[in-house]
Amino acid sequence: MTELRELYQQIILDHNKNPRNFGKLPEANRMQEGHNPLCGDHLQIYLHVADERIADISFDGSGCAISKASASLMTAALKGKRPDEAVELFEQFQQMVTAEPDAPVDHQALGKMAVFAGVREFPMRVKCATLAWHAAKAAIEQDPSPASTE
Amino acid sequence: MTASFDIAKIRRDFPVLGEKIRGKDLVYFDNGATTQKPLTVIYALQRYYARENANIHRGVHFLSQQATFAYERARGRVGQFINARESSEVVFVRGTTEALNLVAHSYGRSQLGPDDEIIVSQLEHHSNIVPWQLLCEEKGARLRVVPISDTGEFLFDEYEKLLTERTRIVAIAHASNALGTILPVKEIAALAHQHGAVVVVDGAQGVPHLPVDVQDLDCDFYAFSGHKLFGPTGIGVLYGKQALLHAMPPYEGGGSMIEKVSFAGTTYAPPPMRFEAGTPHIAGVTGLETAIDYVNSVGKEQVAAYEADLLAYADAALADIPGLRLIGTARERVAVISFTLGDIHPHDIGTILDAEGIAVRAGHHCAQPTMQFYQVPATVRASLAFYNTRAEIDALVAALHKVKKVFGG
Repeated sequence: MTELRELYQQIILDHNKNPRNFGKLPEANRMQEGHNPLCGDHLQIYLHVADERIADISFDGSGCAISKASASLMTAALKGKRPDEAVELFEQFQQMVTAEPDAPVDHQALGKMAVFAGVREFPMRVKCATLAWHAAKAAIEQDPSPASTE
Repeated sequence: MTASFDIAKIRRDFPVLGEKIRGKDLVYFDNGATTQKPLTVIYALQRYYARENANIHRGVHFLSQQATFAYERARGRVGQFINARESSEVVFVRGTTEALNLVAHSYGRSQLGPDDEIIVSQLEHHSNIVPWQLLCEEKGARLRVVPISDTGEFLFDEYEKLLTERTRIVAIAHASNALGTILPVKEIAALAHQHGAVVVVDGAQGVPHLPVDVQDLDCDFYAFSGHKLFGPTGIGVLYGKQALLHAMPPYEGGGSMIEKVSFAGTTYAPPPMRFEAGTPHIAGVTGLETAIDYVNSVGKEQVAAYEADLLAYADAALADIPGLRLIGTARERVAVISFTLGDIHPHDIGTILDAEGIAVRAGHHCAQPTMQFYQVPATVRASLAFYNTRAEIDALVAALHKVKKVFGG
């Protein structure tokens, strides 16, 4: 049960229940779909990029608690960032959730996102945690095909 | 329950049921995906590779003759198990998926033309949808879908309306893998035959739970997988009526499926060999035969009675949990229970159950059209087998209360 408590921390449950930046973004100039074909999780990321910054970001769709909370926390973290900073954060996040369970976590770089370190104990759930990030990265890099965790 | 149904002994026959998962006793409720294997099957595979391994239908040497004899004996045993008229009506394939694709490729491509129609139901697994969609695309044929009721019943009247003189194939599950609904295959087949259509049955979830008599059902093809019947993975069966198999062109070319090969032209072996190109899964066939012997020793009628009792118990216990919604409550069901719990996503439920040692399936169960009907992206599915117990159902119920606690429900 310890691993489970690590996975479903209060902050994750809270962001699942009350996701931040949830809904369409009227002024969005980039949109990206994210899809996990294995489990059916499906979300859209909306970005408003202006003056080399992510001026605003939101998401909607359906998914499990991990994918929803991850999308919610991600949008909060990426708001105001430069695209290259966002991609760097993506890489740090990806590294953290795929690392060995006892590897150190860079709390300073990852901030609140560090709560997803618990996912490392549940390899089947890594794709849930990274779905929104894959979509956001594709939107930033303007990849026209829908982001997939496969 | 008959005295011969000894659950404690049955559980000892399946070594994996003694395993601890994350420190808890394994509760295995993912039998719809694959069943566990009894020791007799595990030993049969070991014995084959340790002492009997040889190729079939080729060598004049002793082991090859023995392997050929055992392979053909197993074919006979499978034929008896589903009450085929002839053992030559049993074709060994990799599994249900390959069996259905074989029918679509060989029968379908040779028989269908533009504007012909194929009927499936809303309850089908993707493997009984996609091969027919591919066939329709290639031939300009149309796929028609029999809808279901809110409880997950096959709507027979709607089916009757869809049948026309253009209907060539009716492809339906014996039992739905996502909901457990048992389809009235015998009645479906009788009506299809009046319209000159052939009936293909996806028996993947039928054979493990129900006594199957292909002559009584009067279906034209019946497909099932060994690994869902307590046998090995990679072996399955296509039953086809003799006359249909004889008229069908080969599916794959290669060794064993020929009569005579020359560059001027090749003639093909009669069925079932015509459809078994290359070296088959000989060990798998041995394992499947052993699994069938095992199921016969438990007794198919006893299995059905025990599972019906367990299902009724599970339905009642789960329905008592506030917020739990049973998806699919057809009157006739095999021991499959699909459900959602409040707005908690099935994957989160699956992960928390896993931490309790309970293995369920969470997702769309390769039946997205069924999920679309209920407007849910996914469900949790507990699919039972005759080695499961009421105590395990109780463990599931307790774990679901924990799920609600984690999510503050």
